[in-house]
Amino acid sequence: MAANNPFPLSRDALLGCYRRMRTIREFEDRLHIDFGRGDIPGFVHLYAGEEAAAVGIMSHLGDGDRIASTHRGHGHCIAKGVDVGAMMKEIYGRKGGSCEGKGGSMHIADLSKGMMGANGILGAGAPLVCGAALAAKFRGKGEIAICFVGDGASNQGTFLESLNLAAIWNLPALFVVENNGYAESTSRDYATAVNSYVDRASGFGLPGVVVDGTDFFAVHEAAGEIIRRAREGGGPSLLECKMVRFHGHFEGDAQTYRANGELEDLRANHDCLKKLAAQLTSAGVASAAELADIDRQVLALIEQAVVDAKAAPLPSAADLLTDVYVKY
Amino acid sequence: MARRISLKTAVNEAIDQAMQLDPTVIMLGEDIVGGAGAPGEMDAWGGVLGVTKGLYAKHGDRLLDTPLSESAYVGAAIGAACCGMRPIAELMFIDFMGVCFDQIFNQAAKFRYMFGGKAETPVVIRCMVGAGFRAAAQHSQMLTPLFTHIPGLKVVCPSTPYDTKGLLMQSIRDNDPVIFCEHKNLYALEGDVPEAPYAIPFGEANVVREGRDVTIVTYGLMVHRSLEAAATLAKEGIDVEIVDLRTLSPLDIDTVLESVTRTGRLVCVDEASPRCNIATDIAAQVAMHAFKALKAQIEQVAPPHTPVPFSPTLEDLYIPSAAQIAQAVRRTTGGK
Amino acid sequence: MEGITPIVMPKWGLSMKEGKVVSWLVEEGTRITVGMPILEVETDKIANDVEAPDAGLLRRRVAQDGETLPVKALLGVMAETTVSDADIDAYVSAYETPAAGDETDADANAYQQIEVDGIRVRYARKGATAGTPVLFIHGFGGDLDNWLFNLDAVSERVPTLALDLPGHGQSELRLPGTSLAALAAFVVHFLDAVDEPRAHLVGHSMGGAIAAQVALDFPAKVASLTLIDSAGMGSDINAGYLEGFVQAQSRRELKPVLEQLFADPNLVSRQMIDELLKYKRLDGVASLLASLAGSLFSGGRQASTPVLQLAPDSLPVLVLWGREDRVISAGHAAHAPAGAGVHVFEQAGHMLQLERASEVNRLILALVAA
Repeated sequence: MAANNPFPLSRDALLGCYRRMRTIREFEDRLHIDFGRGDIPGFVHLYAGEEAAAVGIMSHLGDGDRIASTHRGHGHCIAKGVDVGAMMKEIYGRKGGSCEGKGGSMHIADLSKGMMGANGILGAGAPLVCGAALAAKFRGKGEIAICFVGDGASNQGTFLESLNLAAIWNLPALFVVENNGYAESTSRDYATAVNSYVDRASGFGLPGVVVDGTDFFAVHEAAGEIIRRAREGGGPSLLECKMVRFHGHFEGDAQTYRANGELEDLRANHDCLKKLAAQLTSAGVASAAELADIDRQVLALIEQAVVDAKAAPLPSAADLLTDVYVKY
Repeated sequence: MARRISLKTAVNEAIDQAMQLDPTVIMLGEDIVGGAGAPGEMDAWGGVLGVTKGLYAKHGDRLLDTPLSESAYVGAAIGAACCGMRPIAELMFIDFMGVCFDQIFNQAAKFRYMFGGKAETPVVIRCMVGAGFRAAAQHSQMLTPLFTHIPGLKVVCPSTPYDTKGLLMQSIRDNDPVIFCEHKNLYALEGDVPEAPYAIPFGEANVVREGRDVTIVTYGLMVHRSLEAAATLAKEGIDVEIVDLRTLSPLDIDTVLESVTRTGRLVCVDEASPRCNIATDIAAQVAMHAFKALKAQIEQVAPPHTPVPFSPTLEDLYIPSAAQIAQAVRRTTGGK
Repeated sequence: MEGITPIVMPKWGLSMKEGKVVSWLVEEGTRITVGMPILEVETDKIANDVEAPDAGLLRRRVAQDGETLPVKALLGVMAETTVSDADIDAYVSAYETPAAGDETDADANAYQQIEVDGIRVRYARKGATAGTPVLFIHGFGGDLDNWLFNLDAVSERVPTLALDLPGHGQSELRLPGTSLAALAAFVVHFLDAVDEPRAHLVGHSMGGAIAAQVALDFPAKVASLTLIDSAGMGSDINAGYLEGFVQAQSRRELKPVLEQLFADPNLVSRQMIDELLKYKRLDGVASLLASLAGSLFSGGRQASTPVLQLAPDSLPVLVLWGREDRVISAGHAAHAPAGAGVHVFEQAGHMLQLERASEVNRLILALVAA
């Protein structure tokens, strides 16, 4: 089989990436349903449709590499290896959640996995990533740090300042602009003065690359080159992933700002998961039955995560007051 | 051995020793070295008032001069703190918090709680506070209450060189984010400071003067104004106790309540603007928890509710004086 | 002036510059005897009764209650009735408090540093230079200021030395070892370093055990032994006190611990707590004290009892104890070696040399003179 594999990843690795992307999709689609049923408190921002970016990039990382995520962070978490069961409990506000029910969807973090947190403040992760990259530079083990922002947060001062800081300090950092065309309901073209983020990167003296974010292999290859350079001391870069958002900005968004038929077209013709499945089966690396088997396993995993989350205990009144400050 | 050094030297020495003792301590800020990339000498400034002068020679690239980009470098300090470092970010003037506040109150302050107790953010943000430098409205504020309002932050404002070294050492070693406020008009103040490294635990107020009649609760420069007032009042037979809070978060309310329970009178002295400041917080807590001990109304001495003015004539009127403090004490005692 | 004896503000310890007269304890016209408490004075360190150093008839209370006065300021005047009130008035108005300047310089010189076995220690030397000196050795966690009320008084008659043991006070924060033998050897090396072939050792608490260990290991170095609330005389010791002392980091934690040292807990002043905290907060002190306590006093048991090994009548020994000692039981005084003078003081605790300074000083001087 390996001899017939035209891809730069082993079959096992490829199936692992497929499984992660499928896990993200299933996780998000399940949340879409459960949120609609009123099972989930607060609000959630779903990553479905964007899986190739998270998994394509994260397939190059280890636990010592840090990422800072966005409000739309579930995909980054799963791709970085955060436990799905703990995530589901967190989103349900339960004990045993990634943050013991104190953070919720927008603040899932797992420092042990190098996941520095989803973030409710757009663009806030960029300075944090400069710090993570600075720490990596001091440690000198070739670790890197990656900041994810949407096209919307790419206009935040924190993001722009961070590009400059990373550039002058030559930090092992990567800034990923996940361009899904919308900042909440506002179109990217309205809100951002340049057409290409490559131009923006070059304004700060950084190399910039644009890639089709719905193509797993394109993302994987572009990110690989940039990440290798950063690990070797070649400094920071910017990667723009052009991608699509299958759901609204948040759940409950009627998305009337979209064109008629836009969503249907995205789902039919720009689904990164379908693309990857087609690439793997047509190259003969995996059979449709094998992928369907993975799909079934993932479905069971998510189903179990929801069952466990609903059964998990709620935080107690005493938990309200813990972990504000360190205990001496 | 203790020797007399200035508060400014105490800051420098604490950072120096912390860096010697712990390789993860780094420092970031604007011109903390000075001359980066310029044709002249490095360490040209050592901070805008020379507080960190000489540290570059000892610790080299562990001190990083930053662009004028507070959000980025304060955030970077916080990010590095989440990744095993103990960074000190110098924000020059507390007034500049406005441009990087999100990183402090939405990021650093919340990580531990928001991430379920699984994150540590051992970062120190040093900044100058206070009026009296003829530096006008955007370089003179005492913004301590903005930070005491935020759960997850610790707020320190020392009044002596001894406390400065020990509290800064504790700030650097502490596993929570600390806003470390240095009063620019106290930098020249000298006092006995041990050469050896030491840390003063947070949350312990210091009774800098014991007295029977009235309790003054204060911090920072106002400790010294209060001591002046107490000396005047002693000649009138009024024996004043002065509680220096030292750390505003955590707050040692027990020492305040114990003192007021003994004296029955309270004057809160604060250099911060008079609404929702440390003084009003102390007044409210004493009213709630020790009302029956009070023999007189609680008094507050604070600046007027205005920006800090520039003209020296106006600025001198703005800053609470020893005379105003003494007068407030007399109002609580009815002359005695 | 002929026939007039002044009573002046005492100097308790090297750093005292002034004292506050809390209250007079005797009326004018009282016949004062040596050692009689005549007024209460408060310093920033401690409050204590001033005991009359001389005898006489109190004619004038010059200092008023509540007044803060410099060291050596005139507090009162004693004179027989043959001296007229006018002469006393003249004496009082002519009295000039000696300038503090020289005194302070002398005190600054009294503190010295010396390196012994590679460890820098602080010590104080006072009094005459000739003669066998008295060497004061403080206890666990203490320093030479524990002899606040003793150094000056004793040095008026004989030369005195007091040191901050290694790892204590302002000496270097290193120990020559954690055994009594190592500490005793260090004390002997200190005497060598300051060119003293012999000394009268006065030890408090752990310092007493060290002094006794010196007497066992280096008998030629010891002229006499005064043991005050001493360790090394029995097996038990208050483990709670030791643990509390080692662990306390805040004033709130330390105060109740220190109160166990005195029969009257009010003697624990804010200044005393603050100065101890300044020491205890130094990097390394907590672990140093823990290792020392672990070696000598683990689990509330004293690891060795050198006083019990002293041969009967081998040297002059004085054993002094406060009846209410809550750290080391006064019952241990019963284990004093044969021939020792034993005095147990009522209403005094573990810090006997502070609580009963005059009596302790007199007994030390008597032993040294004998």
